[in-house]
Amino acid sequence: MSEAQDYKYIGQRTIRPDGYDKVTGRANYAADLALPGMIWAKVLRSPHAHARIRSIDTSKAEALPDVMAVATHVDIPNQANPGAINILAKDKALYHGHAIAGVAAKTEAAAEAALALIEVDYEVLPPIMSIEDAMADSAALIHEDLITKGMAEQPTSPSNVSSRMEMNKGDVAAGFAEADVILEREFRTPTVHQGYIEPHACTVRFDEDGQSMIWCSTQGHFGVRATTAALLNLEHSKLKVIASEIGGGFGGKTVVYLEPLALILSKKSGRPVKIQMDRDEVFKASGPGSATRNKVKIGAKKDGTITAMEAHLYYESGAFPGAAPLGPGCMTIFTPYDVPNQYVEGFDVVVNKAKVAAYRAPGAPQSEYACEMLINELADELGIDPIDFRLQNAAKEDTQTLYGPKLKAVGLVECLEAAKNSAQYKSALEKNQGRGVSSGFWFNIGGVSSVIINMNEDGTGTILEGSPDIGGSRASMQMMAAEELQMPTDTFSAIIPDTAHIAHSDTTGGSRTTFATGMAVVEAAADIVTQFKERAAAVWNVTPEQVEWKDGVAINISGDGKMTAAEICAAAGRTGGQITGLGNINARGAGPSFAVHIADIEVDTDTGKSDVIRYTAIQDAGKAIHPGYVEGQYQGGAAQGIGWALNEEYIFNKDGLLENPGFLDYRIPLASDLPMIEAIIVEVPNSFHPFGVRGVGETGIIPPLAACGTAVSKAIGIRMSELPLSPPRVLKAILEA
Amino acid sequence: MTKSHITATINGDVREFLCEPSDTLLQSLRDELGLTGTKEGCGSGDCGACSVTLNGRLVCSCLVLAVEVDGAEVGTVEGIGEPDKLHVIQQKFLEHAALQCGICTPGLIVSTKALLEENPAPTEEEARYYLAGNLCRCTGYDKIIKAVMDAAETMRGAA
Repeated sequence: MSEAQDYKYIGQRTIRPDGYDKVTGRANYAADLALPGMIWAKVLRSPHAHARIRSIDTSKAEALPDVMAVATHVDIPNQANPGAINILAKDKALYHGHAIAGVAAKTEAAAEAALALIEVDYEVLPPIMSIEDAMADSAALIHEDLITKGMAEQPTSPSNVSSRMEMNKGDVAAGFAEADVILEREFRTPTVHQGYIEPHACTVRFDEDGQSMIWCSTQGHFGVRATTAALLNLEHSKLKVIASEIGGGFGGKTVVYLEPLALILSKKSGRPVKIQMDRDEVFKASGPGSATRNKVKIGAKKDGTITAMEAHLYYESGAFPGAAPLGPGCMTIFTPYDVPNQYVEGFDVVVNKAKVAAYRAPGAPQSEYACEMLINELADELGIDPIDFRLQNAAKEDTQTLYGPKLKAVGLVECLEAAKNSAQYKSALEKNQGRGVSSGFWFNIGGVSSVIINMNEDGTGTILEGSPDIGGSRASMQMMAAEELQMPTDTFSAIIPDTAHIAHSDTTGGSRTTFATGMAVVEAAADIVTQFKERAAAVWNVTPEQVEWKDGVAINISGDGKMTAAEICAAAGRTGGQITGLGNINARGAGPSFAVHIADIEVDTDTGKSDVIRYTAIQDAGKAIHPGYVEGQYQGGAAQGIGWALNEEYIFNKDGLLENPGFLDYRIPLASDLPMIEAIIVEVPNSFHPFGVRGVGETGIIPPLAACGTAVSKAIGIRMSELPLSPPRVLKAILEA
Repeated sequence: MTKSHITATINGDVREFLCEPSDTLLQSLRDELGLTGTKEGCGSGDCGACSVTLNGRLVCSCLVLAVEVDGAEVGTVEGIGEPDKLHVIQQKFLEHAALQCGICTPGLIVSTKALLEENPAPTEEEARYYLAGNLCRCTGYDKIIKAVMDAAETMRGAA
């Protein structure tokens, strides 16, 4: 553990710079832009989960006077692009809600009316809606040419399994032979949605000169540019993407759905086009998170030493091979445990559901849920406290991970100790109440980030960064620049320019922004310090080495003289031009973080309804730049995970049609469903980042599944193994017990 | 189809606009009147992002037809706070970091103001149930509830 450092600006609870616009309603989101001459588009979606498209006749729709353009798959310029069939279906509708055609008209109502006039001749096919159905010997094929990748011997016939992967360390057979107790169970998780409150939307304009613009809500506007440019055969320099404020994403807004279609309709109509998904379209055709079926086996000695861990994971990828977050599911499952013998095998399986998208720590909640449930059961079996059991086997510095690197200093032990010392863990439970503990692990990646800091003539600075701000990251960028330059936080503003005004930056995802883009900000700020010294040296006629930058002031250490940033910037024209700091980096390493959550749940045994009565979320932030927003990530992740554990699921009928595509029936947690969530920040600095930052956004969604799953199981005295633990499922278990 | 001519007092200003009989108040606010602070999250009254007051009563503007507001008083987030001074509720949301993405925030500000006008001293449970119609997917509500309770206390002190 590195020595704690004193910081002047980071670690404060400042007011976020974009906050004023957001509490007053001034902030502009995806649906808030209207352009002169703009028309509206709507999307015709498949009413079937699986159907061959024999023909599409759009002539009646096109004949309507207010209709200005209609597009189907054939209008996509780059037909060879593999992403094209999820923008508009080609030969087959692969899920309920799959986009079939788009119509742009003078009003939204006219576009809606025109959809009803498009005639599609479908040959309805049997839907494949589960991993069991997909893998059954007699299963109908979703893709007739899908040969499973990653098998020891390449299969000769197609199936619905798109790939297999495995990871191994040590010798699990030998490990199990050493064990006194071995438990093996299967766990299931449902299809869930990210549930961002802002539907996908965009406003686009295709210009005659080939220059185009897209305004949309996205976690990665460079990704929108790359995807749209590829589908429309455009050069990147001719497509400008503006990232609006983003009304939640959680991984679901890393994907492009509407923008290429809108741009095709704009090109055809010669008018700016706006598309906004309805909420039912969001549920049917965006997201979702992968449903899974996971088998886990763990062996331990009587003294609590885990000797072997093995898992077989099955992840739905929707109808698109390889979309499942299987890799991270396999890589993360056993990382909290320093156990020499670990083996994971994983399968990516296609079903007739929307293409799976990233969802906060994609893949990890599902696999780690299975592992953590079994760890809790094993602790009970061995008669060891579940936190002590984890402490005894906890991953720490130098633990060899299953997925590759040895861990640097990490904070799992510290989180477990904080859990053990928490007020909640010491509190007593009453009748019908249960307690569950779970750990969670996520990588928190690095990657490419671009930052420019322009110093203004008055000595203030404008930070330009390429990472859309999904949860307050502009505040943390200001604070990191302030810390490096030793100038007050409000000296800096932070904005996310469009794709024409900053170089490529990877998508906001993987909890990379504060880590990687923050590192780029620090690099740009350091670049400015260097230039400040050079400019002051020029004024003083000394060498830059004779200038010190301290407390936000240049000091001539070989003589008299001080210059503030304002003085240096005011004189910049005379010392070589204006001052810009550059931080275009590829952040190496990652910020592995662990979390430990405690859930106390009371179950109403008459109805099966579960109430979370107490909840504590503990997580290693490395260094919390803005503690308020770090706590907010822990609490928000906990709430999403609680929803996943207790209520949320896609419900399909026998024909594969989604029956609950709305917030009334797909019930995310309400204010009245939750208690206060105690957030405890542990800080074990990350050696890869100048201030020790680890990503904080995703880890918090992982532990709630097993913490709640165990708490409910304990409350009713029945081990539950399938999520969600909705009232009907829990009541059924109680009645059948 | 003939459009209807509507006159309504919106955030204290008398405004006139045209609407189709099927247009919702939400559509008219956003697309005709340029008041895009009111957000659409679901269009079915389940998420509260479009919360406004209609003659002082808290409603989802996606469930109100625009023609229904003829002669009525409508309050949106744009009418809360002064040009140079945030309302206490807005200030407390900022101080408590009670927003992340911010899409639910306008609706929550409108609903919280309605709550505190009805009940200046809500318990945590009363606040949670009153605001149960305003979905937030980012925060887990913890900091929102803290901001609401702090705003209530501050407003009581000022009254």
